[in-house]
Amino acid sequence: MVRALDRKLWRDLWQMKSQALAIALVVMCGVGTYIMFLTTLGALRATQDSYYRDYRFAEVFVTLKRAQETLRQRVQEITGVDQVETRVVAQVRLDMPDFPEPVTALMVSVSDSGRQGLNALHLREGRLPATGRANEVVVSAPFAQAHTLQLGDRFYAILNGRRQALTLVGTALSPEFIQQMRPGSAFPDYKRYGVMWMGRRALGQAYDMHGAFNDLTLNLRPGADSQYVIDRIDDLLKPYGGQGAYIRKDQRSHRFLSQELEQLGILASLFPAMFMGIAAFLLNVVIGRLVAMQREQIATLKAFGYSNLAVLWHYLKMVSVIVGLGIVSGTALGVWLGKVLSGIYMEFYRFPYLKFSLQPDTVVEAALASLLAAGAGTVFAVWRAATLRPAQAMRPEPPARYHETWVEKLGLKRWLSQPTRMIIRHIQRRALKSMLTLLGIAMACGIILTGLFQRDTVSYMVNIQFGMAQREDLSVTFTDPTAYRARFDLLGLPGVQHVEVFRAVPVRLRHGHHSYRTGIRGVEPGGDIQRLLDADLRPVALPSDGILLTDFLAKMLDLRVGDRVVVEVLEGNRPVREATVAGLVREYVGVSGYMDLAALNRFMHEGPTLSGAYLSIDSAQLQSLYAQIKGMPRVAGVAERIQEIRNFNRVMQETMLFFTYVATVFAVIIAFGVIYNSARIALTERGHELASLRVLGFTRAEIAYILLGELGILTLFAIPLGLWLGEWMCYYIAHTMQNDLFRVPVVLVPQTYAFAAAVVLVSAILSGLAVRRRLDQLDLIAVLKTAE
Amino acid sequence: MTHSESHAVNTAPPIFEARGLTKVYQMGEVQVQALRGVDLDLYAGEFVVLLGPSGSGKSTLLNILGGLDTPTSGSVRYADHDLSLDDDASMTQYRRSHVGFVFQFYNLIPSLTARENVALVTEIAENPMTPEEALVLVGLGQRMDHFPTQMSGGEQQRVAIARAVAKRPQVLLCDEPTGALDAHTGVMVLDVIARVNQELGTTTVVITHNAVIAAMADRVVYFGDGLVARIECNEHKKNASELQW
Repeated sequence: MVRALDRKLWRDLWQMKSQALAIALVVMCGVGTYIMFLTTLGALRATQDSYYRDYRFAEVFVTLKRAQETLRQRVQEITGVDQVETRVVAQVRLDMPDFPEPVTALMVSVSDSGRQGLNALHLREGRLPATGRANEVVVSAPFAQAHTLQLGDRFYAILNGRRQALTLVGTALSPEFIQQMRPGSAFPDYKRYGVMWMGRRALGQAYDMHGAFNDLTLNLRPGADSQYVIDRIDDLLKPYGGQGAYIRKDQRSHRFLSQELEQLGILASLFPAMFMGIAAFLLNVVIGRLVAMQREQIATLKAFGYSNLAVLWHYLKMVSVIVGLGIVSGTALGVWLGKVLSGIYMEFYRFPYLKFSLQPDTVVEAALASLLAAGAGTVFAVWRAATLRPAQAMRPEPPARYHETWVEKLGLKRWLSQPTRMIIRHIQRRALKSMLTLLGIAMACGIILTGLFQRDTVSYMVNIQFGMAQREDLSVTFTDPTAYRARFDLLGLPGVQHVEVFRAVPVRLRHGHHSYRTGIRGVEPGGDIQRLLDADLRPVALPSDGILLTDFLAKMLDLRVGDRVVVEVLEGNRPVREATVAGLVREYVGVSGYMDLAALNRFMHEGPTLSGAYLSIDSAQLQSLYAQIKGMPRVAGVAERIQEIRNFNRVMQETMLFFTYVATVFAVIIAFGVIYNSARIALTERGHELASLRVLGFTRAEIAYILLGELGILTLFAIPLGLWLGEWMCYYIAHTMQNDLFRVPVVLVPQTYAFAAAVVLVSAILSGLAVRRRLDQLDLIAVLKTAE
Repeated sequence: MTHSESHAVNTAPPIFEARGLTKVYQMGEVQVQALRGVDLDLYAGEFVVLLGPSGSGKSTLLNILGGLDTPTSGSVRYADHDLSLDDDASMTQYRRSHVGFVFQFYNLIPSLTARENVALVTEIAENPMTPEEALVLVGLGQRMDHFPTQMSGGEQQRVAIARAVAKRPQVLLCDEPTGALDAHTGVMVLDVIARVNQELGTTTVVITHNAVIAAMADRVVYFGDGLVARIECNEHKKNASELQW
């Protein structure tokens, strides 16, 4: 049999169903975001780990010029080295059918034995290249997809200057190339850059590497000292043009992936904290008021002999039902959103599989946090009501004491109508509650801003990066450093209007105990296509001597203008020299060093030498230009600026917009939850007063003004506060997310502020309308018969 | 009935005219018949006391006269207003322009001072007295800037009367105005109501179950079981100060 008290519980809940629902929705958002982020993060980390393990992703990588296979044994003998794999790796140009633009690919050799060692391929379709078949390749699945390649399709590649037909025998994914980006580019472009795998013997023959290799990967024994291994390998490979070994942490694909996961981790702690914080606050306030309004019932229960504890338990059960509803729906929502978000990431990273699971811990944490927040509000309110003597509690609460507010004391009183005075005195009397309501609305407003700022920022970054800094139409890289006269060859190509050349040198920069692998780019002074910008985005004049560093890189290396930095060159005979930091440049994507082209050539002790060039072209002649470039074997790759911009936008949109939607929808729910509940509480508290006014001849609109005016004022004050809070949260997010790959500037356009404000306003108006309906149903006669 | 007709206070047409009023409330699954066919005329300027036990229908009648409720059947007119129409906007306008209410529990706004509680009404009225005049009228000239919590029950009720009469209503409707007060304070409040009736000529209807109060009325309407049982005229009205209970 259901006990009477439990019946009361269900009926009370039914009575306050819309308020309970609003609270449950907010809890749902808090729990939902928490679970969404943590399950996604958990899924991605678990997938990454298991993918790396299952496909034996190497731990140390090194590229060299050429060494005999016999050297492998020497590497194997280094203490701490476990498995070693030598390979031939080459950057090749492709000629894809029906695709006029130049395409670049990284060609990686695979063992002819068919046995996969380190960096194993996950075959999506087909098979590995057969031994002795020089024309068979496996291509990366996203590249095949971008070009709609089928097994058996043929296309051409220029291997070491020779055009060769290739046949597609399989598509695959590799833990080594989860992120496939052209060197120097921060975004994947699967149409123009891909990874493919060819038999070791076939690729070796093409590059004159028979019995030799130019790339080596290995993994370490447990407990091995990676720095020791790296130093030994560098010593060993120095005569063979080794470019410096690096560990997995510095591997490009891995770095991008782990940075993304790290950023997701930041969001995963920040967003749920905000949502749970607001949910907790709301629960505390709302439940507190709900219980306070049942004060007479509590007294009656006590008069019947119920203990304080029994009463407390009753209300805790009531709150648990509301919160439980939020937890259950939030968990379901969180799992669903987590699957959607993980799916987006899985698609983006091309994982072969996804290890998605809901950790019970996550749900328990979210549930506990919600229940604690709600419980605290309940215990406090019940205790206040229950510790009164029943006789006292059964009498109505003593009328509230009001005073003139400071606004009136300032002399504004005579301009305020009586209803307006009622509003501001009520706000002042419940100052704490008013502040909390204001804060809740402000947080909702702020969350919308944080959801939107990434969009504004991205378009700003595109403008700066591609509108002010990288202004070329096309960039061309040569397979090897090339003599300066190549510049004139490029100028002679069809449609080329302007050429700026550059020299790129891979280096490791050292200062004190800090070091960083990057490149130094020698550019022509006074260049108009590629410009370096300072912190105020003004073009920086290139000094004739010394090095310019990205400001973030200088900070990472603890360098200031005028300091000396050690430059370990990672190509040729790998000289180690020093340079003076001559200035800092502002960049949002990547970090590097810059020098005057002539100064870099001097620094390298070489004649005028180039690595590539930036072109501005007449787009009408693009097709014939491409045709010509395809015939130039020494051109390793071509990047078109417009494609870079597209890639940039695509990457940002796929991941970022999801947050925008989620954040906005949740913020709307929160704004509605806070405002609607505040209005409902106000209506309960002041219904008697408002009904009296109706009896005195006040119209519905006039009493609605008194009730909703208060929320209106709070909302109007909350919006600027919320915009300010949101801005602050954006700065916090941007600050915590900055790394050497990306620095996100905080840019918020006026429309974004307007949107956030509008969303909050609309939520407020909707809540107001919902309460207004109830206001119209006030019982005017009852108020005459009851004491307040 | 004949008694009242022969002593009609006023030969002018009545300002309230109720005919065959019935009111049925649906209370859950039970129907409660609050009025069972009431005919009643009220004349300008008279002081009427409605007397009867709880549930006799007197409050229901007052609510209908005050534009707070509509009859289930029958007609009720105030001057040229038809009060039996269920139209919220015109009812609100009627209350706003013509009716002053005094409640048993004062129903003052706690966040407003005495002066402001009165101003609340004068701000929306057409030809009101000033809040100060109204408060002086009820003998509260000295306490205008006090909040309700700073005043005694009798003082609060007098603020409520000042608030009711400040708009110079044609009708003052008082529902148990002394119900929450002790005898001494109650007399003071009744005195104020009587003064308003005399000085402003406001038609005044007072509901009470305290028979003593009937002595100060022009006419006493006795209610019983949803009907007007009888109507008596007082040849000699008593002053409030002469009442004792």
